[in-house]
Amino acid sequence: MYLYDAIDQRLVDERVRQFRDQTRRFLADQLSEDEFRALRLRNGLYIQRYAPMLRIAIPYGLLSTRQLRKLADIARKYDRGYGHFSTRQNLQLNWPKLEQVPEILAELATVQMHAIQTSGNSFRNVTTDHFAGVAQDEIVDSFVWCEILRQWSTFHPEFSYLPRKFKIAVNGARADRAAVGVHDIGLHAIKQGNDIGFKVLVGGGLGRTPIVGHVIREFLPWPHLLTYLEAILRVYNRYGRRDNIHKARIKILVKERGPEKFREEVEAEWAHLKHGPDTLIAEEIARVEARFTRPTYEKPGSDPDSSRLGSDPGFSAWAKRNVHAHKVPGYAAVTLSLKKTGVPPGDVTSDQMDAIASLADRYSFGELRVSHEQNLVLADVRQRDLAALWREARAIGLATPNIGLLTNIISCPGGDFCALANAKSIPVAQAIQERFDDLDYLHEIGELDLNISGCMNACGHHHVGHIGILGVDKNGEEWYQVEIGGNQGETRPGPGASLGKVIGPSLARADIPDAIEKLIHCYLDRRDSEAERFVDVVHRIGIEPFKERVYGHAHQRAPRSQREPVLA
Amino acid sequence: MATLIKGRRVVSESPFSLKDKVVRLEPADDPAAISLEGVARVEVNFPKFGDGRGYSIARLLRTRYGYRGELRAVGHITRDLLFFLESCGFDAFELREGEDPHEALASFEDFSEAYQASVARPVPLFRRRAV
Repeated sequence: MYLYDAIDQRLVDERVRQFRDQTRRFLADQLSEDEFRALRLRNGLYIQRYAPMLRIAIPYGLLSTRQLRKLADIARKYDRGYGHFSTRQNLQLNWPKLEQVPEILAELATVQMHAIQTSGNSFRNVTTDHFAGVAQDEIVDSFVWCEILRQWSTFHPEFSYLPRKFKIAVNGARADRAAVGVHDIGLHAIKQGNDIGFKVLVGGGLGRTPIVGHVIREFLPWPHLLTYLEAILRVYNRYGRRDNIHKARIKILVKERGPEKFREEVEAEWAHLKHGPDTLIAEEIARVEARFTRPTYEKPGSDPDSSRLGSDPGFSAWAKRNVHAHKVPGYAAVTLSLKKTGVPPGDVTSDQMDAIASLADRYSFGELRVSHEQNLVLADVRQRDLAALWREARAIGLATPNIGLLTNIISCPGGDFCALANAKSIPVAQAIQERFDDLDYLHEIGELDLNISGCMNACGHHHVGHIGILGVDKNGEEWYQVEIGGNQGETRPGPGASLGKVIGPSLARADIPDAIEKLIHCYLDRRDSEAERFVDVVHRIGIEPFKERVYGHAHQRAPRSQREPVLA
Repeated sequence: MATLIKGRRVVSESPFSLKDKVVRLEPADDPAAISLEGVARVEVNFPKFGDGRGYSIARLLRTRYGYRGELRAVGHITRDLLFFLESCGFDAFELREGEDPHEALASFEDFSEAYQASVARPVPLFRRRAV
């Protein structure tokens, strides 16, 4: 956990004071709706379908138990006793009252938390690998770099009113668990000899124009990180489109200019900034690193591990899916699944938050992480505690052994909550989870990312799901488009990020579970071995066989006019 | 008449003098393309509350093109923007109608520190922390 110093704390306190005054002025009619919208959004406050929604920042997904208990309290006191973990590793409250938000922010500040820039046309929460600092394939501890970027991107005087939102992801390990290819800027740490640097990708993103980012620098030595980003941001701030909200992301600028031309512009701007005052220094890296609390690991002893439970099939299934390798011998990382059938993906109640805090205190040094797949991770669990942790997690409904499997669905809140949504997402997720409730079958299907978004803004990352489902509006009715072949990134050696392809006309909600089942049957028939994942088969044989399985041959001959329009 | 803050004080605009050379820049204008020779005042327009291009223009004028004269933010300016505007090198601010200039002065103190290098703080916080 990064611990604030006096300056970090003061800035957050000053922000609370500023927003309290802005809310007061809005309620007194001294700020227009438009002005207040821009100001409240950069404090995470949306006006939603039924009520305001407050998005609380969890920088790079890292939380202490003290913070989690505060979130539980806030959800109880100001909301309806639950919260929703988002794909940006943040927490959303769906029912706060506008006039109470300054009070909520003041409470958050007491535990070094805030809602700064969780929305609006500014830098958003920097996200990273939820196994940062513990992964066996670590190159750098990405948390340190995320915190450096958090500070640089907080209240940036020149880049606070960008053309559109701006998302940065950092990956510090060999495998990409941060989806760097689908961010405005993706940074992938690289070691060349003893030199640390970053591969820089720019212009990736999801939304209505999904694009995989372009590498504009193969190796950027770390001291130049901020000056180089400043050059990118200045080009974007000056030339990014502001006439059309749907064309305002940096990916459109990169696309319109062409990646090579864009790179040249960035390099020309950087020539003025390189070696300037924003050049990072080793003292700062060391200072930030030293402000992170670190677990005091035990020396591996001769304690019996949990293997004696190997015969319990429930434990084995959980250990196989939800327990992950750790760089320190004798330890493991554990995912608490927020994807139990019947519960909206990513939702937790206040009581669960308190219970999770208690687990993290006893089993994982009082810290936890939020993953972009909307689960919680206890990163530092002793292997000999795994069985005890499993029993306790199971008792509170957080031990569903489905991490990496089909029912570990990423979903936005959808039409049940969100004003932007065309369709509901949560009931679709539940219907799929109910259909695939046989654990043995799920494990047989193997690794599969299934992502659902309720509209083309793609908060549920449907473009990068191995199976992606998108809610579309057709004459006021909710329909669902199915894509296959998306991939969030190089999570294992092999293909990097890719975008799914639509398999055909959109389907009614009731038909989705059948369609998924047909896709799965097609996959099982065609895979070479269990090692070949669903997405690998799609990449190998293309979407046609899957399409035929879902729609039959009849569809192929249907005249064009009878088909659903397919959204881009 | 619009309210003006200059040098962190509320002032009333002195009558326009013909010998004062004033340049006005719109958000899409390139500060590299204008001649700053003998210019007494550069005005940068913010036609919309959320248009952030003027911040980059100001920073470039101050740091790259050596402009030292009055740099005035005009257009849709409320007190909420003053801290960032001043950080980027503006020293005069024409507030939008309805904004109380005396109350607005407090907003220069919205934040007592900043992480980044800027015109107001040429050395970023991490280098000052390291001393």
